[in-house]
Amino acid sequence: MSVLVYTESEQGKFKKVALEVASYAKAVANQLGTTVTAVTINTSDASALGNYGVDKVLNVTNTQLNTFNAKAYADVVKQAAEKESAKVVIVSSSADSKYLAPLLAVGLQAGYATNVVEAPSSTSPFTVKRTAFTNKAFNMTTINTDVKIVAVSNNSFGLVENSGSAAAEEFTPTVSDFTVNVQSVDKASDKVSIADAEIVVSAGRGLKGPENWGMVEELADVLGAATACSKPVSDLGWRPHSEHVGQTGKPVASNLYIAIGISGAIQHLAGINASKVKVVINTDPEAPFFKAADYGVVGDAFEVVPALIEKLKAFKAQQ
Amino acid sequence: MKILVCISHVPDTTSKINFTEGDTKFDTNGVQFVINPNDEFGLTRAMWFKEKQGASVAVVNVGGPETEPTLRKALAIGADEAIRVNTEAVDGFAVAKQLAKVIEDGAYDLVIAGRESIDYNGGMVPGMIAALTNANFVNNCISLEVEGTNATATREIDGGKETVTTSLPLVIGGQKGLVEESDLRIPNMRGIMMARKKPLQVLEPIVTEAETTSVKFEKPAPKGAVTLVAPDNLDELVSLLHNEAKVI
Repeated sequence: MSVLVYTESEQGKFKKVALEVASYAKAVANQLGTTVTAVTINTSDASALGNYGVDKVLNVTNTQLNTFNAKAYADVVKQAAEKESAKVVIVSSSADSKYLAPLLAVGLQAGYATNVVEAPSSTSPFTVKRTAFTNKAFNMTTINTDVKIVAVSNNSFGLVENSGSAAAEEFTPTVSDFTVNVQSVDKASDKVSIADAEIVVSAGRGLKGPENWGMVEELADVLGAATACSKPVSDLGWRPHSEHVGQTGKPVASNLYIAIGISGAIQHLAGINASKVKVVINTDPEAPFFKAADYGVVGDAFEVVPALIEKLKAFKAQQ
Repeated sequence: MKILVCISHVPDTTSKINFTEGDTKFDTNGVQFVINPNDEFGLTRAMWFKEKQGASVAVVNVGGPETEPTLRKALAIGADEAIRVNTEAVDGFAVAKQLAKVIEDGAYDLVIAGRESIDYNGGMVPGMIAALTNANFVNNCISLEVEGTNATATREIDGGKETVTTSLPLVIGGQKGLVEESDLRIPNMRGIMMARKKPLQVLEPIVTEAETTSVKFEKPAPKGAVTLVAPDNLDELVSLLHNEAKVI
């Protein structure tokens, strides 16, 4: 009856979202008066999960699962849920988790709620708060089925430490042959991704050309941030599509979002609204983005950004 | 190749989001509805398969009669026929079950859906219809080629992309990248005239139970005014981000 959480890892290490969903699972388990079981795939050391409230870990070690496969991974989580007789399954909102969870929902005949931002407001009926209308509203949703799946919105619940230790157990589910096969992966390994970043530095057409992105990258470096861009910038080919954030691009839910030379079209705001603190740097005091921002600087990016980089370097040196 | 494009009927991005009936229903008053943007990229890619590879393209929506203008727009863009399953779209799983029935009855080879709708943002229907119909599935799909029964697709992953090979029958959760914004088509007069004559079939729904129920909507608390910092006083900004916002 324990709460099952799928804790994702990359090259054997837990992603930050794995610790966040473990924290969330612990909160649900407390409400239900039960324990938390995590299922991990090809993770060498799962002990970190104990610090976030996990009581038991099902370790799956299988070289066939070295590359992510949504169907196979969904099958693994399904078998873990059945083994534990779990009534609640928690996943993250990573691209991989949102890929596998609908398959899992069909497999477990489970009601599935995505973009959930808080612990359940009640467990009977099981009611969660989720974002809808691309962050322009919240929707209280009740899951009516016996088994329930919750996808927690990234960076919404946070990490909650619990002193404890997780008992590890080997788990060997059956894995069927893949019918979707990865041929190649194109991923910058040295850069923090927009999905994982606590800080995102984003720039728009106000930068006038791709040759001016050096200062954006430098600002991101100083802050340990990911870089992003507005839709026109990616449409013009100044920056790769993978950096496009907004309604039709990637969603951003960082702690800090810095927008440079972006006017703040409604489609852009829809994609970045889930960020907690927004800073806008723009020459135009009438830019709509200032209405959505927490802090603003009305000024020329070509002067403000280099000056801000110097100030931040001095600040970091003091810390 | 028989293609089915799933079309969600959603409020235009610039719509004011309000709720009625004690915050339980979306207020459609004065709202312009459009083809869900993620679906429109998929529909446009389907047109390419039609024109270059002779595919047939049907579009489908689960919803009431009010969604028909959106389906007619898809016909005007170039789809051959439209299907409307005549029931309110109450939750993702229920919609997926209705669509799975349409897919099985029509024996479609390729089903193109958007990665998520911009209204409920569930992001679950494409995966669910793949699982229900036992088809292969690629989510967050940004490119798709089909040769015979073999497909090559690229999907966006956190921090990059990956290319996969798979086979039909296939369901994709599509998004921008399948085609570019500049490839999207505005229906012309001839398309609009032809769309009036194309078949729009209304099917009665199968019986499903809602796995989830929407209880209530809330709007986020209104935002406070922006704190402006002078461009020559950036120490102040650093201090605010550190001491007040606590994000650096």
